[in-house]
Amino acid sequence: MTPTTTTAEQPGSYSSPLATPRPHLGHALASEWTKLVSLRSTLWTLGSLVLIVVGVGLAVVAQTGDEDFAQINFTTPALIGLLVGQLAVIVLGVLTISSEHGTGLVRTTFTAAPDRHRVLTAKYLVFSMTAFVTTTLSVFVVGVSAAVVRGGSASGPHAAGEWFGALLGCGYVTLLGVLALAIGALVRHSAGAIALMLGLVTLPPVIGGMLSMWVAVEPLGRLILKYNVPVAMMQLFGLQEGGDLGPAPSNFSHLILILLVTGAAVAGSYVVVGRRDV
Amino acid sequence: MIEAVGLTKRYGAKTAVDQLSFQVKPGHVTGFLGPNGSGKSTTMRMIVALDRPTSGHVTINGRPFRELPNAQRHVGALLDAKAVHGGRRARAHLLSIAQLSGIPEKRVDEVLAVVGLQDAARQRTKGFSLGMGQRLGIATALLGDPQVLLFDEPVNGLDPEGILWVRNLMRRLASEGRTVLVSSHLMSEMALTADHLIVIGRGRLLADMGTQEFIAHNSAGFARVRAADTDRDGRETLGTALTKAGGRILQEPDGALRVTGLELPQISDLAHRAGVRLWELSPHRASLEEAYMRMTQSSVEYTSTEDPRAELWEPEPLALPAWEDEAEAAPEVPRTGFYAPPPPGAGGQPFLMPSNPGELASASGNPSPNTPEDTR
Repeated sequence: MTPTTTTAEQPGSYSSPLATPRPHLGHALASEWTKLVSLRSTLWTLGSLVLIVVGVGLAVVAQTGDEDFAQINFTTPALIGLLVGQLAVIVLGVLTISSEHGTGLVRTTFTAAPDRHRVLTAKYLVFSMTAFVTTTLSVFVVGVSAAVVRGGSASGPHAAGEWFGALLGCGYVTLLGVLALAIGALVRHSAGAIALMLGLVTLPPVIGGMLSMWVAVEPLGRLILKYNVPVAMMQLFGLQEGGDLGPAPSNFSHLILILLVTGAAVAGSYVVVGRRDV
Repeated sequence: MIEAVGLTKRYGAKTAVDQLSFQVKPGHVTGFLGPNGSGKSTTMRMIVALDRPTSGHVTINGRPFRELPNAQRHVGALLDAKAVHGGRRARAHLLSIAQLSGIPEKRVDEVLAVVGLQDAARQRTKGFSLGMGQRLGIATALLGDPQVLLFDEPVNGLDPEGILWVRNLMRRLASEGRTVLVSSHLMSEMALTADHLIVIGRGRLLADMGTQEFIAHNSAGFARVRAADTDRDGRETLGTALTKAGGRILQEPDGALRVTGLELPQISDLAHRAGVRLWELSPHRASLEEAYMRMTQSSVEYTSTEDPRAELWEPEPLALPAWEDEAEAAPEVPRTGFYAPPPPGAGGQPFLMPSNPGELASASGNPSPNTPEDTR
């Protein structure tokens, strides 16, 4: 045998009777789906998301009357649960990748599939589909219940646009989860990534408030108060922020902001995961 | 066939693997040996592209690992038996890995049966013992029925039956024409399993040769002779006779003599002529462990020092027989685990036999093999 052998098969070497398909994204999607449904932690996280959104939403519907829905959307009760439930989406997004790093499974995965971008893409797709479908179903269960139970004449006219807003809201929460997955891929540590995401979601209203008390950075403080996660969610679900912050940004500016941030993090995760020693 | 050329990996100032070049050929079990921290695992991780080499490259059947059309069908690796998610059941874990490369689901049940984990297939892996974890790792490596197999410490935590099974599995896989690279610290196990050895120390290649050749090159055999205790002068007489005949003699603490430079029949004849009864005349053949220790002692990264317990010791001077004119005593070593002494000028070329037995004997007069210095 010469040192410069380049043929794949050596004479007399073993050849397997199994078929050798070229692996594609579909294989990785099937694998990721198996990983998702074979863990208790992911199923509990998804279950708690449904439970919180539907439970809190239905409780709110039960506590309101028809006339309350003259000001708010039928989907608004789902918002209150979803403001908590988004944390479940974030945790699931982080765990999708960081649990592999934490346990070392990622080495087994990347040894079996050295084309790491294929695996990462499958993770993004499986997670985002699961998160979006679960969130949307939960929100619409609440919304439809509200529309059925509180849909009397006292609730006034309701445009179809509010349902579209709720759908965008579910997309917004899904993007938060995708951002969490990207952060998880970059940080590789569950607790670190979750802490980072919690800070990103919950701190801006506080920081914005503090900054706007100080004249020098007041414009920045106001900007943060206008563009942050809770405000965007409330607006998408039909609760306008009343206050002295001037005209509220449009739904699309909120979505474009989260798309830009998430897109940058996702792009970064592809670059880093492709090169890094694991 | 695995081929590494000038493989180097640096972590900051520390060089884990240094200009390593070797070939692992199909049809053999190749043992991969080296002390802790010598770069074995890093090398294996570079073979499967988990780590990027700082320089150099490694190919599998002529291609870099990442360019293999279906990596899992070409290379199976057990690098870390704990690289599983403990919350997942064994079968689900294997299935998720198999699906990555489109390996059919029934193959999962096949490999579970091969490693004997059928009954644990529905258990979550965090409840697995070390041995079960190793079996699951081996199952993962076998999923793609690959042509090249890498195993890092596969017998860690296995019971004797499991060790035997792994040994037979390795040999069978190699006999089917596969390339099998196995790292282990169990020298007795490697002596039985590996046909070929690659030995590294401090990230550098120390040896790349057949197992038997390696043992022959790196250790010295000797004969152990014990004169009858009933005859008080027998040992002295025998010692004198053997020294005159050109043998080199070291005395063991229990009174036996360690003879090099004379064949067993010769020793027997000399004893007969001198009228000395022998109670023991046994050949001591070098083991892989001795050969390995002798080669790697200069490149061991983590060495322990002896606990002196100075105030507890009552030094016991060894009696020196008259014929031992160089005033040397054999180092006190267990009878079954005598390690050949460091070669003269250790740290240079550790795997060369001394040109004559005398060199070996005088070097072994050194009290501690860990602090070699030439006493001549």
